[in-house]
Amino acid sequence: MNLTLQVWRQKNAQSPGRFVTYQAADISPDMSFLEMLDVLNERLIQKGEDPIAFDHDCREGICGACGVVIDGTAHGPRRRTTTCQLHMRSFRDGDEVTLEPWRARAFPVIKDLIVDRSAFDRIIAAGGFVSAPIGSAPDGNAIPVRKENADLAFDAATCIGCGACVAACPNASASLFVAAKITHLGMLPQGQPERMERALSMVAQMDAEGFGSCTNHGECEAVCPKGIPVAFIARMNADFIKASLTKGRRVAQAGEATAG
Amino acid sequence: MNLDSRAPSGLLEKKWDKHRFELKLVNPANKRKYTVIMVGSGLAGAGGAASLAELGYQVKCFCYQDSPRRAHSIAAQGGINAAKNYRNDGDSVFRLFYDTIKGGDFRAREANVYRLAQISVNIIYQCVALGVPFAREYGGLLDNRSIGGAQVSRTFYARGQTGQQLLLGAYQALERQIGLGTVQMFSRHEMLEVIVIDGRARGIVVRDLVTGDVETHVGDAVCLATGGYASVFHLSTNAKGCNATAVWRAHKKGAGFANPCFTQIHPTCIPVTGENQSKLTLMSESLRNDGRVWVPGTPGDRRPPNEIPEDERDYYLERMYPSFGNLAPRDIASRAAKRVCDEGRGVGPAGYGVYLDFADAIERLGEQAIREKYGNLFEMYERITDENPYRVPMRIYPASHYTMGGLWVDYNLMSTIPGVFVLGEANFSDHGANRLGASALMQGLADGYFVIPYAIGSYLAGVKPAAPADDHPEMRAAVTAVRDRLSTLLGIKGQRTPTAFHRELGRIMWEYCGMARNRSGLETALQKIPALREEFWQNLNVTGENAELNQALEVAGRVADFLELGELMCRDALAREESCGGHFREEYQTEEGEARRDDAGFCHVAVWEYTAPDRTPLRHQEPLVFENVQLATRSYK
Repeated sequence: MNLTLQVWRQKNAQSPGRFVTYQAADISPDMSFLEMLDVLNERLIQKGEDPIAFDHDCREGICGACGVVIDGTAHGPRRRTTTCQLHMRSFRDGDEVTLEPWRARAFPVIKDLIVDRSAFDRIIAAGGFVSAPIGSAPDGNAIPVRKENADLAFDAATCIGCGACVAACPNASASLFVAAKITHLGMLPQGQPERMERALSMVAQMDAEGFGSCTNHGECEAVCPKGIPVAFIARMNADFIKASLTKGRRVAQAGEATAG
Repeated sequence: MNLDSRAPSGLLEKKWDKHRFELKLVNPANKRKYTVIMVGSGLAGAGGAASLAELGYQVKCFCYQDSPRRAHSIAAQGGINAAKNYRNDGDSVFRLFYDTIKGGDFRAREANVYRLAQISVNIIYQCVALGVPFAREYGGLLDNRSIGGAQVSRTFYARGQTGQQLLLGAYQALERQIGLGTVQMFSRHEMLEVIVIDGRARGIVVRDLVTGDVETHVGDAVCLATGGYASVFHLSTNAKGCNATAVWRAHKKGAGFANPCFTQIHPTCIPVTGENQSKLTLMSESLRNDGRVWVPGTPGDRRPPNEIPEDERDYYLERMYPSFGNLAPRDIASRAAKRVCDEGRGVGPAGYGVYLDFADAIERLGEQAIREKYGNLFEMYERITDENPYRVPMRIYPASHYTMGGLWVDYNLMSTIPGVFVLGEANFSDHGANRLGASALMQGLADGYFVIPYAIGSYLAGVKPAAPADDHPEMRAAVTAVRDRLSTLLGIKGQRTPTAFHRELGRIMWEYCGMARNRSGLETALQKIPALREEFWQNLNVTGENAELNQALEVAGRVADFLELGELMCRDALAREESCGGHFREEYQTEEGEARRDDAGFCHVAVWEYTAPDRTPLRHQEPLVFENVQLATRSYK
């Protein structure tokens, strides 16, 4: 098949970008979308042109590195599918396809289709963990976990941190990403001691990074390659509100306990 | 080359305890004076960086990806072994040890493997404490399953995404330390050289992949947790960025490379479809628990699978290995698949595929039960092949997946360069000639969480914490070497892309150093690889410049190292005149086509010493002594 690509090219964070048109000829429908880009890049190098830069690594939909806005949709037309797992059979011969990077203030473009998503790491560093120093753990079966809770925690933990939710959101909100981590750890007994502080610190970091707020568009769930439901955002909000309302009291109680 | 394993003497069960007591400790107040460099952020790297930081060391962690959470450990599917015996089915630390030694075809070090089996138990505890959502039963307790090469159910799992969940646990522990300021994280940085001063490691040279800046980072010890080198085959189940550059650079600075020819070809991957394919996708080995492997009984039978009646199918694993059946270890299952395809009984367009059929399991357990266990794998299969595995049997074929070989390390995980430690898949230590399923995650976390925190102290306690001067001649020489190499790569301006060279190297390796090897093939490869390498340095085309994000330049540097490592693998395969585990030499097989080991001649680790460019490397040996197991012919019949 033959396609016409409109690709966002941007030399670096400082330079302005623009769309450049490329012809992708003789593409097999069994190729993945990124293999199509590989072929195009090989041809560009042979012509002495700069290949299109894009993030990718595992190419099996789990590392979360890849992500291209394809015809206006993060990760492209196939639901619950990362860019690397999208195959060319999802397109038709002669199609014109537009490729853009994730667009969000908190995800500045580094080059072409590559953006800086380190804000996500900083949100996790702010509270997306259980403080369990290595070596300090009790027997894994000492605390039973209801299967339903473990399953729900898993559903949330399956987030790959690709950032498609942010790219799709009209507010560039990171709520789905943050809510997934808060739900994952909040569903498990191991996550309870830090649950309230986690909600406060992760939300504060999300705001500090320049992500927008959630106004219930639901675009995030629609593009999430792991199908993380928007309902998790309600859990985050519940934890956050509870944590905010009880903040002073929890400190007072802790103080009393120490004093007592 | 000093190959003293430093494995403690005494009873197998007591070795690690005894050793831990004998290891020197670093005073807690002194730990913060030491800087440890960790290269890689997978299970071993992130786990190691987090635990060292918790102990109080200053840690600098590096990864080439945009975030430490992307490391390829994340793609592991099936599970992680632990000798918990929660199933009451006869498991024990000794059994896990024995299975691992036997699975590795008696080419691993006893003391290391026993320690791994002992530590396996604590790993599960730690992961649960960190919030890893392992599969649970309705009573709330941890669930298990069995996986290839074992007759007990000792594998803990999180659906088909165990690696992801374990890595996120380690990543979150690492991020916590980053937040506390005890770990400095350098994402999008690639290590290109190790700095050795007065015979010990003092730092590394890295390239900032965004700006192209070449920087030095000094430390009192350097840990390499950079994964394996299966990407030398170009097509493999590894991530596209996986590379051998860090270990190869260390090798050229004096770290011995052990058993480079021990590579694992995984039996259950989606078959190759076309010339421009960039990677192969694994279908977890856990699928073999419920899927049955078969091919048509007669060569050239092109009927669709549902039209082939039961008695005209050959469930060859069940037939050849009745006691293990579809759970035969990876090397054995892979070779069996190759054999039936070579006989013309393969399926799929190219004839290089076998069926993995779930019809019986779906009938027995119901579609819902299968969906719960393997749902994400089935979805992934359908996305790639456009076929529904609930209705049509999967087609699978072996692919390069893991490398048991790696940098030689002693019992303290230290390489032959004092101060360079090697963790996880990057070292050679625990899997011998073949790794069993669900053991890679176990080893990565064991090394990171529970071995390096102890082992590194024994080295650091003996050296004074001090940074070498920035203008030390060795530092300047290392930086100059890196800069020169980058400008050479950019300056060739030939005709072929880095990927074109990688693809050609991969074809040579797969053809001559893949599932089956022989003398004449290996000798051919040893002609072809140096010729290809010479062409690489004459005819490579890398566009752009150094001072920018330049992915073609990154690939070129990695391919340059693969072109040297590939040759060493062939050399090692040629020198090892026996068949064992994943290393199958056609000259050394039984009448039934099984591997024939030569314990009299080759019961040792082959350790290669780099000499000089285009000079033959030296082959040394670390003899393997088995005090606790009987060297037996490995049989899964």
